[in-house]
Amino acid sequence: MKKFTALLLSIAMVATLCACGSTADTAATDATAETAETTEATETTDAAATEAAVTVKAGFICLHDENSTYDLNFINAAKEACEKMGIEYVIKTNIPEGQECYEAACELADAGCNFIFADSFGHEDYMIEAAKEYPDVQFCHATGTKAHTENVANFHNAFASIYEGRYLAGIVAGMKLNEMIDAGEITAEEAKMGYIGAYTYAEVISGYTSFYLGAKSVCPSVTMEVTFTGSWYDETAEKEGANTLINDGCVLISQHADSMGAPTACETAGVPNVSYNGSTASACPNTFLVSSRIDWAPYFEYAMGCVANGTAIDTDWVGTLATGSVKLTDLGENVAEGTADAIAAAQADIESGKTHVFDITTFTVEGAELSSYQADVDTDPDYAPDHEVITDGYFNESGEGFRSAPYFDVKIDGITLLDTAF
Amino acid sequence: MKNNHEPLFHVVKRDELSRGKGILIRVVAIIVALIFCGIITVALTGVNPISVYGTMVTGAFGSVRKTWVTLQNTAILLLIALALTPAFRMKFWNCGGEGQILMGGLASAACMITLADKLPNAVIIILMIISSIVAGAVWAGLPALFKALWNTNETLSTLMMNYIAIQLVAYFTVVWENPKGSGKIGIINQNSNIGWLPEIANKYLLAIVVGLIITFFVYIYIYYTKHGYEVCVVGESYRTARYVGIKVGKVIVRTLLLSGALCGLVGLLLVGGINHTITTTIAGGQGFTAIMVSWLAKFNPFVMILTSGLIVFLGRGAGEIATVFGFNQSFSDILTGIILFCIIGCEFFVTYKIKINKKEGEGNV
Repeated sequence: MKKFTALLLSIAMVATLCACGSTADTAATDATAETAETTEATETTDAAATEAAVTVKAGFICLHDENSTYDLNFINAAKEACEKMGIEYVIKTNIPEGQECYEAACELADAGCNFIFADSFGHEDYMIEAAKEYPDVQFCHATGTKAHTENVANFHNAFASIYEGRYLAGIVAGMKLNEMIDAGEITAEEAKMGYIGAYTYAEVISGYTSFYLGAKSVCPSVTMEVTFTGSWYDETAEKEGANTLINDGCVLISQHADSMGAPTACETAGVPNVSYNGSTASACPNTFLVSSRIDWAPYFEYAMGCVANGTAIDTDWVGTLATGSVKLTDLGENVAEGTADAIAAAQADIESGKTHVFDITTFTVEGAELSSYQADVDTDPDYAPDHEVITDGYFNESGEGFRSAPYFDVKIDGITLLDTAF
Repeated sequence: MKNNHEPLFHVVKRDELSRGKGILIRVVAIIVALIFCGIITVALTGVNPISVYGTMVTGAFGSVRKTWVTLQNTAILLLIALALTPAFRMKFWNCGGEGQILMGGLASAACMITLADKLPNAVIIILMIISSIVAGAVWAGLPALFKALWNTNETLSTLMMNYIAIQLVAYFTVVWENPKGSGKIGIINQNSNIGWLPEIANKYLLAIVVGLIITFFVYIYIYYTKHGYEVCVVGESYRTARYVGIKVGKVIVRTLLLSGALCGLVGLLLVGGINHTITTTIAGGQGFTAIMVSWLAKFNPFVMILTSGLIVFLGRGAGEIATVFGFNQSFSDILTGIILFCIIGCEFFVTYKIKINKKEGEGNV
């Protein structure tokens, strides 16, 4: 009898649950119907936009999900470009930099994608493996260094001249320093900035050096200290790094790492911050100055357009200020007067070729001008320098005929590295 | 006078549970978990739960490649669980699987990087096999030695050995990084394929075959050998073991050398056979997940095939949900958490039963 009651009770419970389930099901079906409608709409625009061309299906592989500012930047650009072009797309998030990336890329190719993109540096080797296996699918990779030496026809690298964006952000920082000097808060000698980097990698060195040179172009007495965290995303280490630099007398902080660690530390300490990947104004209203970022949408539009038209994608594609790939966010509330005008002028000079960020007359290395430099452009285990990169009086970063990823790894005067363990 | 404040029910340990009833309880647990997940899915996202479950199956078995990957991942998790099992049967809580795998992987990577072009490929692979097994065994053997000599707490020492291994891998990542400063080694010998374990039939089968062989080996070892019996006796009581003439310290060290050697073998498969690189996260927490796999299977190697398969299925299905429905990874983690909670929780009902108290003597008051 007892058993029977128990059975009855459990049946009743399951029945109620099913009932709940089915009412909710109707709601779910509604939602699905809605999605189906939007897909249809997209398809119509698709047909209109790319008539008589290859139908593109795009697959995106991201290291993390939208909680990382770095990946969010790619995800937003992917959605923007695909929706604009009416392209069906799949985004795979949280794909580690290992064989999982190869499997993810192959699964996307199996699912019919003919344009596959991966966003993280460590994905590169696995994308190359997948590219060898699917010669008819175009594989593109951001920040990578190997496309120009691997000779895999359907594997491509892309980057942007973000050093130009950082240079402009450096001008914002330099003008803020000038304002502090003029107000008597600091002396000209105390104009010291701090910078939190991830690794002593060329991309990071190129980034902080261009930022420093931007600041120096308006505030000649500026110096900078750099610390490294050994990770692209380590909120605690970035926060600690910022605090160390602030205690060390740095009056302005910037960073090349993906967490909110440094901006929030700056907000707490009341120290101005120049951010990266996107605006941190909402979380740090008092200290946010400006942020530079790469907008990947122009690249996606270019590359997916190539797939649609059957034309070849550049082995190394470099986005610039002119292509709309390098962007500055809106300025924060507390920037110095006249900042917007100064940026506009500098941007015009860069775009016209009048200013070169790494102009060798603007910096010295161990007291001397850098008139010749062999950079390690072709990736090899011995880091052997292989290309002369100083041309026409400037360091030709991400230059034509070299590679898209930065290779500026010179340690210039005025910048002190606090630690180089990573 | 009778105390009428008796609780409504009390918990009684079951004497003996028939096999059928045990399975029934577990099946009910899974059904309850799925219903509960369905409710959560509808409440939070409004998506039809049936399509979510369908997507999970597609994620794990939706194409030939996906099926192979699922089987390969199952084999790796199974191997780690098998490696930990002899130690667990001895009630030696080896929480150092992660570190033992990393050391095995590090040894393989070292051979691949430093010996490339210096020795023939076959010799390099043999050296990789030997060195990774030895490295894993040493990493488990050290805590075992401390336990045998000074009766140190093995849970703590094996856990701490993990961190040493992680730091060692981090150090060598910087030593071998390519390009400079990137903090990444990348695929080792990508074009020469030196030190890559040979593929049998396809690139997934090797780990699966090794997994099956080791399953049989561990099954026979723990149930049908003198060693396995000694492990069991030591696990029951050191005193009994000593009384019957078993050298407890020797058994502890010997068993852990085996446990670590198998973990080292997993490191070899991960580095030489699958990823062809080494990172601090190459074991991906599976050294800990495997503890659950082993426990859920009650240390039975063949049941572990099912439990490791279930966990890999949940993980792969969860990833697919995130991709298809655009949910955050956390949502899949919630579902996996619910399912595992129910499965582990049902073990309570397997061991105990709930007795509803009869309200006798109510009229006497």
